[in-house]
Amino acid sequence: MSNLPPRSLGVGSGGLLLGHEAATSRGAGSPRPGSLMRTRRIKLQIFRGVVFLIMGLFFLVPIGAMFEFSTRGDTMTSPRTLEAWTAIIKVPELTDAISVSLQLAAITSIAMLVLLLPTMVWVRLRIPQLNRILEFICLLPLTVPAIALVVGMVPLYRWIGVNLSDSILTLSFAYLILVLPYTYRTLDAGLAAIDLKTLTEAARSLGAGWGTVMLRVVVPNMSSAILNACLLAVALVLGEFTMANLLNFENLQVAILYIGLVSASTSIAVAVASLVFAFVLLMILSYVGRPKDRVARAEEIPGSLVPSMTGVSVLAELVDQPK
Amino acid sequence: MSEMRDTRAGIEVRLEDLRRSYAGVTALDGLSLTLAPGELVALLGPSGCGKTTAMRLVAGLEEANSGRVMFAGKEVTGLPANKRDVGMVFQAYSLFPHMTAHQNVAFGLSLHKVGPDERKRRAGEMLELVGLSAYANRYAHQLSGGQQQRVALARALAIQPTVLLLDEPLSALDAKVRSRLRDEIRRVQLEVGTTTLFVTHDQEEALAIADRVGVMNKGRLEQLGSPTVIYSRPATPFVAEFVGLTNRLDGVVRDGEVEVRGMRLPLVQPNAANGPATALVRPEAVALAADSENVPGPLIGTVIAVSFLGATSRVTVDLGDTTILAQLPTSEASAHPAGTRVRLAIRKDPVLIAREETAPAEVN
Amino acid sequence: MTAAGNPAISTAARPPMRTGRRLPLAWLGVVPFFAYCGLFLLLPTLIITGGSFATKDGAFTLSNFTDINQPYLVKAFLYSTIIAAVSAVVGALAGALLAYAVVTSNPRGILRRSVTSASGVLAQFGGVTLAFAFLATVGQVGFISEILLQRGIDSLSRSTWLYELPGLILVYMYFQVPLMVIVFLPALDGVRPQWREATESLGGSTWHYWRYVAGPLLAPSFLGCTLLLFANAFSAYATAAALVSQGSIIVPLAISNLLTSETGRAQPGLAQALALSMIIIVTVVTVLYSLLQRRTSRWLR
Ligand SMILES: Nc1ncnc2c1ncn2[C@@H]1O[C@H](COP(=O)(O)OP(=O)(O)OP(=O)(O)O)[C@@H](O)[C@H]1O
Ligand SMILES: [Mg+2]
Repeated sequence: MSNLPPRSLGVGSGGLLLGHEAATSRGAGSPRPGSLMRTRRIKLQIFRGVVFLIMGLFFLVPIGAMFEFSTRGDTMTSPRTLEAWTAIIKVPELTDAISVSLQLAAITSIAMLVLLLPTMVWVRLRIPQLNRILEFICLLPLTVPAIALVVGMVPLYRWIGVNLSDSILTLSFAYLILVLPYTYRTLDAGLAAIDLKTLTEAARSLGAGWGTVMLRVVVPNMSSAILNACLLAVALVLGEFTMANLLNFENLQVAILYIGLVSASTSIAVAVASLVFAFVLLMILSYVGRPKDRVARAEEIPGSLVPSMTGVSVLAELVDQPK
Repeated sequence: MSEMRDTRAGIEVRLEDLRRSYAGVTALDGLSLTLAPGELVALLGPSGCGKTTAMRLVAGLEEANSGRVMFAGKEVTGLPANKRDVGMVFQAYSLFPHMTAHQNVAFGLSLHKVGPDERKRRAGEMLELVGLSAYANRYAHQLSGGQQQRVALARALAIQPTVLLLDEPLSALDAKVRSRLRDEIRRVQLEVGTTTLFVTHDQEEALAIADRVGVMNKGRLEQLGSPTVIYSRPATPFVAEFVGLTNRLDGVVRDGEVEVRGMRLPLVQPNAANGPATALVRPEAVALAADSENVPGPLIGTVIAVSFLGATSRVTVDLGDTTILAQLPTSEASAHPAGTRVRLAIRKDPVLIAREETAPAEVN
Repeated sequence: MTAAGNPAISTAARPPMRTGRRLPLAWLGVVPFFAYCGLFLLLPTLIITGGSFATKDGAFTLSNFTDINQPYLVKAFLYSTIIAAVSAVVGALAGALLAYAVVTSNPRGILRRSVTSASGVLAQFGGVTLAFAFLATVGQVGFISEILLQRGIDSLSRSTWLYELPGLILVYMYFQVPLMVIVFLPALDGVRPQWREATESLGGSTWHYWRYVAGPLLAPSFLGCTLLLFANAFSAYATAAALVSQGSIIVPLAISNLLTSETGRAQPGLAQALALSMIIIVTVVTVLYSLLQRRTSRWLR
């Protein structure tokens, strides 16, 4: 295929909405050399600047305000204090909730990978006619609102609480369903980008068993998609409130709400901290997670808009891999 | 638009000292090139030498760091692509995936305000030209790579641009379609008189189709000349090696000639200074004769391989200290199967010499 | 790993009679996943469906659905739909603009990384955090309210707009826009620069490009994303729950109030009927979307 390096969209080729004006300003005498293309680029820059400024204000001001709020003193006139922040570790209810939410996030991510990824690979390779059904089921939780799903889960969890365990970690069962649509999409894009069929056929012809194929070929080649899927799952679990609250479990978000009734500034401090924590986590992983260009475009457009990457480069690397 | 078909002669296209670099990589390093009105110039060069970049600068899809692009004496350097009336076929497939082949071709016409009936007719005509009438209603993903490339060609030709830029338009096609389409492009180009820049990495294609061939290396033009000049009188060792296979033989330059293994050959560069040099000898300048006597000589060797190329064959001869390639008609080559001893003769064509620090000569 | 991923297990499970087809064996591989989904996705949905047609004693009834016809519940449905629709459309447009601004920047740059990471967090951290964020900003003692108060303007510090329709829509933007960025970025990434260049070399302007090429190409994806945003806002519960302490301004709040009323006035049947109605509404919107999708994207297959 093309040996051109990927050029990012629109670079050197003009603006978004403003290009219309550039088009109509034609015929105004012979153009000054360089002026038109430069104008378009400047327009694009202005457009981007305006968008980033407005969005930046809209998203950063509330977070700044939370920080401001969490450092307010008792009265209007008292000086700034970090009391609310130091209180975080002093409230056992909170530290428990934090630890529980982290555990839930880990369990959900791992369970998601173990259950979903092999199924997707298997369906693609062996039962392709099931692909659409699998996709349908995975996207179903989008159309079944969590608040509705939890209504149906109340009796289920009553049964689980009596017969299995009443630990909060059982929430992972429900969370696994909640993360399905997002993780499915990500893994789906990742699988589309690696030409799974050629890859597994090559590996099988070299004598690899299915376990080896999964662990040594599929997983390493879509590490970026897997990581992204995990990140989405982690972010979702750390931010989840609906199910936990209605099933009477106290995870991080529920704890934040209830502590907020007692000490608003402490719970706001926790809220900011958890936001920043999740952001930093995603940020770090965005650096370690995309080691090579090859997988960076794993999140290609759904559908066949873009033919998936040829398997050639991936295959070449597979052959180079030590056995 | 259509009444201009026969009257419009091509325009002169001039590239002046174009420079372009990408984050440290110099893609174009002072490229100058003038295309006469209606001329077809083929750009030839190794991968990454800047052919596509040159083309994108002419099309207005990219800006030069310095230098100018002139159409018919008017500077267009800063003009965006859609104001340049340039038709382009991209190296990578660029069909619009949400349009059928027919719609792709018709789209360009509608942008040129061609009415619906005329549009339909002309798009049909162009698809006919590239032999894809039967595929008019297919979407890009339902076409093979070569078919997509042909639709892209039809799309570019349909708008009858004043300048046509073709970036390896035939690279995805099989040999037969390739040569048919090559002739077709040439025919249309001559008929309409569009000034055309044709990028390819296939030297045979370049030599066959072009009025003049430009050989590029590392972002600059090594030589520009007619196909015969490029082939038979390469100006630099790079051109000699890139255009056709070349034997490298050690020799000594003496008084405007080079002595190679006891043979004196005329030089392309008559003013070359005396001293040791490498002579670049084309395989077809090497003739073979059977050698029955068993005396070793400077130009006596053993055939170690014969590769059949069709009408001609290439014979590899081991001279003991080096091997030499000879290209001869298959009927002659069959007289020298592998293992036979042969005596070589080198035709007295002017040869090019290479030295460590060769300054490229200006040959036009 | 699934059972069928392991040849040993598959062999053991081979039926004694050869069917001549290996298909049933391959199907074993998907049993764990489908069983799980049956238990935690299908079963709850069935429970809701069954419960919404049952009285407290388990007898069949339609009264749960007729009970929905109370002014406060009808209003809740209306509000939910308005909030979801408005926040989806506005969020999709704003998110698409942001995504485009991101996609025109360096794909490896810090800007793109931060925006996508932040979007990933914000899209999921709706809920409580979000409510607090806005309370701390434009709530009665919020940052901006206080600033305005010092200037002698006390419009924000007194009004309750934040707890009503406009407030909820504004707050929902905070997770709708990031969600749009996440789901729409891949679509924008898939747009090839060659398409724009081809349009230009054919004589098309930027307007032509967006009108005839990029627009139609992105439309199916944009519509799909907007639908996703609608469903997302429609079922959002946490933000409203943290922001609005009483009343049932939107359906999810109504459901939760009906489920958890302590005074013994809990009406699980009605809650289940509401839940089922929500599912039906989202399903109808999805079906409408896929009909539309089929028309706008014939070229996709
Ligand atoms: N957008 C870009 N960003 C960075 N480097 C680029 C870009 N476009 C081209 N280059 C570099 O500029 C040089 C010339 O590229 P160009 O595409 O012009 O080569 P080419 O002669 O067309 O090669 P090929 O025959 O492989 O198509 C190459 O080294 C290439 O890597
Ligand atoms: Mg090229």
